[in-house]
Amino acid sequence: MHDAHVQPRPLGGRILTVPVAILTVLTLVGFYYIAKRYFFGIGAVANVNPGYPWGIWVAFDVIVGPAIGCGGFAMALLTYVLNQGKYHPIMRPALLGGLFGYTLAGVAVMIDLGRYFNSMNLLLPWHLNTNSIMLETALCVMAYVAVLWIEFSPAFLERFGLSKLRKTLERFMFVIIALGVLLPTMHQSALGTILAVNESKLSPLWWTQLLPVLYLISAVAMGYSVVAFEATLVSRGFRLKSELPLLSSIGRIILWLVVAFMFIRIGVIVLNGNLGLAFESTRAALLFWVETFLFGAAIVLLSTDRLRRTERYIFLSACALLLGGTFYRLDSYLLVYTGSPGWRYFPSVPELMITIGLVSLHVLLFILFCKLLPVLSNPPRQAAEAHAS
Amino acid sequence: MSIDRRAFLAKSFGGFAAGTTLAAGEAQALTLARPDKVASPDAVGILYDSTLCVGCKACVAACKAANGAPAVVPATLADWNQGEWDSAEDLDGRTLNVIKAYVNGTREVKDRETDGFAFVKRHCLHCIDPSCVSVCPVSAMQKHPVSGIVTNDKDACMGCRYCSYACPFGVPQFDLTQAYGRINKCEMCGHLQAKGGIPACCDVCPTGASLFGKLTDLQKEAETRISLPAGTPHDFPRGRLGGDRPANPGQTANYLKKVYGEKDAGGTQLRYIAGVPFDKLGLPNLPNHSFAATAEGIQHTIYKWFAAPVVLFAGLLALTYRSTRKGNGGAGGDAPHSSEKS
Repeated sequence: MHDAHVQPRPLGGRILTVPVAILTVLTLVGFYYIAKRYFFGIGAVANVNPGYPWGIWVAFDVIVGPAIGCGGFAMALLTYVLNQGKYHPIMRPALLGGLFGYTLAGVAVMIDLGRYFNSMNLLLPWHLNTNSIMLETALCVMAYVAVLWIEFSPAFLERFGLSKLRKTLERFMFVIIALGVLLPTMHQSALGTILAVNESKLSPLWWTQLLPVLYLISAVAMGYSVVAFEATLVSRGFRLKSELPLLSSIGRIILWLVVAFMFIRIGVIVLNGNLGLAFESTRAALLFWVETFLFGAAIVLLSTDRLRRTERYIFLSACALLLGGTFYRLDSYLLVYTGSPGWRYFPSVPELMITIGLVSLHVLLFILFCKLLPVLSNPPRQAAEAHAS
Repeated sequence: MSIDRRAFLAKSFGGFAAGTTLAAGEAQALTLARPDKVASPDAVGILYDSTLCVGCKACVAACKAANGAPAVVPATLADWNQGEWDSAEDLDGRTLNVIKAYVNGTREVKDRETDGFAFVKRHCLHCIDPSCVSVCPVSAMQKHPVSGIVTNDKDACMGCRYCSYACPFGVPQFDLTQAYGRINKCEMCGHLQAKGGIPACCDVCPTGASLFGKLTDLQKEAETRISLPAGTPHDFPRGRLGGDRPANPGQTANYLKKVYGEKDAGGTQLRYIAGVPFDKLGLPNLPNHSFAATAEGIQHTIYKWFAAPVVLFAGLLALTYRSTRKGNGGAGGDAPHSSEKS
């Protein structure tokens, strides 16, 4: 391993670039509507209604967001649990993605909660309902956000030269890392179990008692995909050396996860005799095929060694899988959810702007942290390919 | 699909045997669900007889008055109605009870599916094994152990609306018009019952279409009505079943031979009888088991004695300890400072 490859360092450079400016504006627009929501209520900005009590703030920000934030979880699984030290260089950026994915999901929850002050009750033992899967997800999210900040804190400590504290932290970091795998395992599977109660409101193309298994597998696959996605964009965007060899081996893992996911999902549908539903002319059937196409595309794009060694195909497969996993979640939570008769839901512009604002904030903070803190460890492309200039 | 085929499948795909077996188990309707809960012997309820309802909506007005709920005016009616006339079209954050109409073709005959019409009253069905109580993370939704009434405690509720999302009938409603709203739902006028009264909707109903009483008595009354041939003379009690109010003499209608809510979704304490199929009235076709039982069964299978997370955590600790201490590939916690180990 190259020495230059192991020491993460701040990228430096100009802070105020065009992308940063655009992202800041979008974030501010989002925050304007967030303020409006707090002053005038959810109904003043969102189109959620008596028939569809959950909209995109839940389905996208709280359900899809953390799945896209599974990079840190998935890479910790590989780097520390399976002890594959070679993945270290992409550990920190993966963690950073997870840090914001989960933290901003927590922020989104506080926007969507109608009686947010009472969320304190989640910490009062006499209020807890251990039958509630929402309780599990809420406690796991809170704990995991704390764990992610501790997991990422060495970047701050290194930046500000607090090496003594850094060493103390090192001693019990293995506990934090173990929690950093346990909590998202529980949380991501529970996001599937949340839907278990909706047997009558969800098409059998999605509803099964194995929802927690499917949600967990697809979340880990999305975690690896987002690492491949981010790493490609980062090396291109910041003109750094590519992490292709590492991404190729990750591609192999993604492949088997998607195959397992599809095998179980389609297997359950076939064994329960529900495959016919996929051939009706319904929105559910259409969305089922959109998902199947995207997951299938990810499998095909990763199917051979040659494809997995090509940056473009890894990137495309990661995109397909992230989209597929996103659709799987949006569909099961919202797009094929059976609301009360006579009601429809389509997000309003202010509602969308809040979601867009939070996504912009995620990307904005990711860029700023990469510039100011030791996150990335790829050498600049010119240094790596000096002769190529 | 035969058992043999499934066994064969499980064998042929050794690597996925576990998944396949689970899936096959599901195919055989082997469920992880816990047993459904049963009604308290002293449970109270409401019997709504769609054939008796004349659609006067006195119950909607009485409900609003009894529960201090403001009038709701749809945007389409706002130009001639400034709120002096409550015109709620469906349940919402300010409407706990609503009367809706089914209409078909020429709308000639009441309680007939074709070319007919019918009324239906919609509010909380007070499920015997309710999804809303099961899913509420902060125990704001409660089912009274004796009366079986399902209530929401606004001081516990954090407004996540999982109860609305999970209710098979779409009942609990968050008031989205307020900056800091709350869940509103029919609580069977518990405050009136505490003073010896009955739910406002049953109290005000002129025909006895909404009838309050002990759940077991209401079920018997419902079974009697649907078992009688159409046109049989029958005294229809009003207000409270077994109360002292004079009954309305009348004739039985052409009932469907089903009491909706007896078994649907594990049973409910609001029960319906009608002349028009229930799904036409907006009451969904549901299996005869509780959804809470399924969801809790899955959750408590995964987390039995909390063993799985503990074992998983112990294993993770061992592995992360090894990879952060031994100085091999993953050495050095978050950052690979291989020099630190010496």
